[in-house]
Amino acid sequence: MSEITLRTEQTISTFPMDTDDGTLVVNFGPQHPSTHGVFRLVMKLEGETIVDAVPVMGYLHRSVEKLSESRTYLQGVPFTDRLDYLAAMSNNLAYALAVEKLAGIEVPERAEYIRVIMVELNRIASHQMAVGSLANDVGTYYTPFIYCFRDREKILDLFEMVSGQRLTYSYIRFGGVSRDLPEEFVPACRKLLDELPRNIDEYERMLTTNEIFLARTRNVGVLPPDMAIDYSVTGPVLRASGVPYDLRRAEPYSIYDRFEFDIPVGTVGDVYDRYLVRIQEMRESAKIVRQALDQLPGGPARASLPKVMRPPKGDAYAQVENPKGVLGYYLVSDGGPNPYRAKVRAPSFINLTALRPLVIGHKVADSIVILGSFDIVLGEVDR
Amino acid sequence: MEAINGIFGIASRAIEGLLAGFLPDWVVAAVMALLAITAALVFLILVVMLEVYLERRVMARMQDRWGPNRVGKWGLLQPVADVVKLLLKEDIRPRTADPVVHFLAPIIVLVPALLAYAVIPFGQGMQITDVNVGLLFIVAVGSVTTIGIVVAGWGSGNKYSVLGGMRAAAQMISFEIPLVLALVSPILIVGSLSMVDIVGAQSVVPLALLQPVAFVIYLIAGIAEVNRSPFDLPEAESELIAGFHTEYSGMKFALFFLAEYLNAFAVAAIATTVFLGGWQGPLLPPYVWFFGKAILLFIAMIWVRATLPRLRVDQLMGFCWKVLVPVALANLVVTGIGVSLYQMLVG
Repeated sequence: MSEITLRTEQTISTFPMDTDDGTLVVNFGPQHPSTHGVFRLVMKLEGETIVDAVPVMGYLHRSVEKLSESRTYLQGVPFTDRLDYLAAMSNNLAYALAVEKLAGIEVPERAEYIRVIMVELNRIASHQMAVGSLANDVGTYYTPFIYCFRDREKILDLFEMVSGQRLTYSYIRFGGVSRDLPEEFVPACRKLLDELPRNIDEYERMLTTNEIFLARTRNVGVLPPDMAIDYSVTGPVLRASGVPYDLRRAEPYSIYDRFEFDIPVGTVGDVYDRYLVRIQEMRESAKIVRQALDQLPGGPARASLPKVMRPPKGDAYAQVENPKGVLGYYLVSDGGPNPYRAKVRAPSFINLTALRPLVIGHKVADSIVILGSFDIVLGEVDR
Repeated sequence: MEAINGIFGIASRAIEGLLAGFLPDWVVAAVMALLAITAALVFLILVVMLEVYLERRVMARMQDRWGPNRVGKWGLLQPVADVVKLLLKEDIRPRTADPVVHFLAPIIVLVPALLAYAVIPFGQGMQITDVNVGLLFIVAVGSVTTIGIVVAGWGSGNKYSVLGGMRAAAQMISFEIPLVLALVSPILIVGSLSMVDIVGAQSVVPLALLQPVAFVIYLIAGIAEVNRSPFDLPEAESELIAGFHTEYSGMKFALFFLAEYLNAFAVAAIATTVFLGGWQGPLLPPYVWFFGKAILLFIAMIWVRATLPRLRVDQLMGFCWKVLVPVALANLVVTGIGVSLYQMLVG
């Protein structure tokens, strides 16, 4: 008989895996089709209602932070790809900003624009994945999921065009981007932007007004704004709760102060609002990319830097609005070629802490939908 | 034309004549019954293969992808490959499972699925037997499936399976009520429970036109009864992995799979017989009409599956008891009044 222990809110909730009070302890994961990776959720059920839940993380821990302490700054870039592997560009950017702050590197104008284009395209791709897999969790048999994947492919094609990679780009680096845009990129990107609104309409036709989808997502997993703030939740999950906090607007980094875009917010903070916020953010991101393409200046795409960086002693913290939330990178330098300490503030991990209070009282099927609406990536949760 | 339309009848009479030459009558009857059952079984297995193929290909087209297209022309042999794979797979029984129950469950599920076809007329005179309470027989046999699924869930010794089995029990028992109520209204009009009589009564106008509400309710309840999307809660992949058959592998899993598709086709076949005029239709041979109508209904079920999300347990029950049952009852009352008025005026 094994036991499961978790510290939450100064209490330790412990319950055995076998109960004799009529409840059923069910172990979801770490291998389960709907946990979006190796996440484990131990739930105590009364019939189909969840009376207690214990999230267990750490199955994908690869010690990324510690590993980067024994690598040079440049060798640290690929680690960032493997955090939130659905939004590798954003992670690259956070790391690049932190190193640039640490070493005081100036980034060429053109690189800034390329970065914004990549990061926003990556946001669209990541949200497509989020919407698609949420639809799967709700129980549609893969149709919206495959629609989303079909369109995400096109964005990945663009990334492949610029970086040669489809998942782990390592494209945005400190000092700029690894290489300039190829000639065919801008027309291809414009074509994608022209098609995108129609594609998003297609997902909306499948889901937004679907009776069953509404019944399954409305008023499910409601996260009130004050609670969202208490749990340090960020990203679409926070904005769905009605808090218009977006780092791109609140503390503009890179060149985000030059673009016009809206910050979609929800009203109720339920699963449906999170879905809607993501759908609208895709449209907003497309707007930003379009503006960036129009303003794209010439010039170099990379600052010239020494082969091995030795930033001066000190520390730096940089954060970006990742598709999942606020991703922060904290670096400490002791003057050597490797960071003395690297720390990641992972949005998926922190958002996930709000899962337990939300699922309690709901049905089993809802817990999966709520988890899906948080849109976690285990690579980032466990690092 | 006559020869094509009655090809199966002619063949059976020829065999019967041949056997009667050297065998006593009762042996001939027994052999003929066995032949009919074998023919139906072979036909049904082919139907299931076609269903699986259609489900994968049609759904793939709806989802903007290819589906299986490698084995044979257009992937037509894919179901054969799947069956061979399932036959060769290791049969695993979990240590916590109840050996007897775990073994029996797939059989309990499969047998009623097959029995339902005993009374369905596939064409003129093409049924294994014509029972005068045919429809009642189908409903009665169909409800046995529930036991098999609960037993499978319970006997697997797996919590997901138990949850799936419980859901199945609640769902199938609930949806049987609107299902039966929807079938009673056409019976009121026809005045017989025999499947052959029901088809015969639709020679002019199919009952779906007289009973559109009952037809729709039957289809909804039927889809729920066979656990297909959007009512596929007992095997809800996103939460329960595979529900009651999570712990089944190899041939036992294949039996569940077979039963599932047999049941799905049975819903389509019964809807065809009771509401769409059965095998009747112009020009084409009767069995082609019957098969075509049933397959079209099945494709509609694929379409639903590719479109809709899944309901939650409580929503599903609410939908059944608060919407389907009252509407079916109201439809029944209206039909009853209509039939009596008609009899008063005409008869």
